[in-house]
Amino acid sequence: MEYLVIIIAAIFVNNIVLNQFLGICPFLGVSSKVSTSVGMSGAVVFVMTIATLVTFLLHEYLLVPLGLDYMRTITFILVIAALVQMVEIVLKKVSPSLYQALGVFLPLITTNCAILGVAILALGFEDATLIKALVFAIANAAGFGLALIVFASMREYLDLIDVPEGMKGVPMSLLIAGLLSLAFMGFTGIV
Amino acid sequence: MTQWKNFVKGIVSENPVFVMLLGMCPVLGVTSTAMNGLGMGVATMFVLVMSNIVVSSIKTLVPDKVRIPTFIVIIATFVTIVEMVLEAFLPSLYEQLGIFIPLIVVNCLILGRAEAFASKNNLVSSVVDGLGMGVGFTLALTALGAVREMLGNGSIFDIAFVPEGASTFILFILPPGAFITLAFLAALFNRMTRAAQN
Repeated sequence: MEYLVIIIAAIFVNNIVLNQFLGICPFLGVSSKVSTSVGMSGAVVFVMTIATLVTFLLHEYLLVPLGLDYMRTITFILVIAALVQMVEIVLKKVSPSLYQALGVFLPLITTNCAILGVAILALGFEDATLIKALVFAIANAAGFGLALIVFASMREYLDLIDVPEGMKGVPMSLLIAGLLSLAFMGFTGIV
Repeated sequence: MTQWKNFVKGIVSENPVFVMLLGMCPVLGVTSTAMNGLGMGVATMFVLVMSNIVVSSIKTLVPDKVRIPTFIVIIATFVTIVEMVLEAFLPSLYEQLGIFIPLIVVNCLILGRAEAFASKNNLVSSVVDGLGMGVGFTLALTALGAVREMLGNGSIFDIAFVPEGASTFILFILPPGAFITLAFLAALFNRMTRAAQN
């Protein structure tokens, strides 16, 4: 039950993109086609889970016992950068087809603030356990994917309509993101 | 290019928020009031200028292949400094900005300037570039925060201008308001720069 609350809260109520504004760069950058947004979501699910797993263990068993909590930001970003590189190399060897699908998105993920953000937020639970942190990471990745894919499918229709000159491009996309965010606010209070 | 032009490009023609769309997460995330926008802008500007100084001074010493990780460590160091200073001296701002302070590390604006400008130019130009981009970023954040605070809360920099209890557009301080306000500000900025060019 506790885990169900975490999952619903992360996907719908506190959606990481539309409510917490993490990962806006890929949200605006790779959302012009549904197919690329699906690839990006897959890569994020993959990296976010592994990154949270590693950073959580590192924080719990290395930084806290040694009193190095203030080094959190530096160590986390380095671990994530190294991890993305490693995932890329391993994936290339082990599963070329998966690499084909996700490969181009992996380098972009290092600067996706959603990954670092979730790794830090996952430490914030009271009586945080590894399983709770992992459930939180996967749910947030799913929330990111949901927002990205819905947004991309809305943007595909933009090509068909007549947008006023000044609103073309970014402003119109932002306005649509605002409407989507408004729709997600309807979930407020369900958990 | 004169240093003045170098400075102004960060505010107008290459404005990080309205033109380049860099570092959008804090832009949307912390701008529910003008004060938060200003605080975030200044914190980011500090990290940007300091990392530009260091990157520009060590650019000949760093091997090309480990350039990006080196830049990230430099940036993360200054972010940690900002984090500790804010926590000690401005605890209320630290609470308000929350997760977005450590996330200055992954603000693509800072890594972008280190890679595209500071690693190729001399120290003085890099400092000026950092200041220009920082001021452009701060102005954009403060403007966005001011509009949202005025519409959503009926005040500016915490000074109320509507009577107590009057109803305001709450929507604008909620998350959707961030997207909608930025959309219209970006459209306005586009229009103004285009009018200035013609």
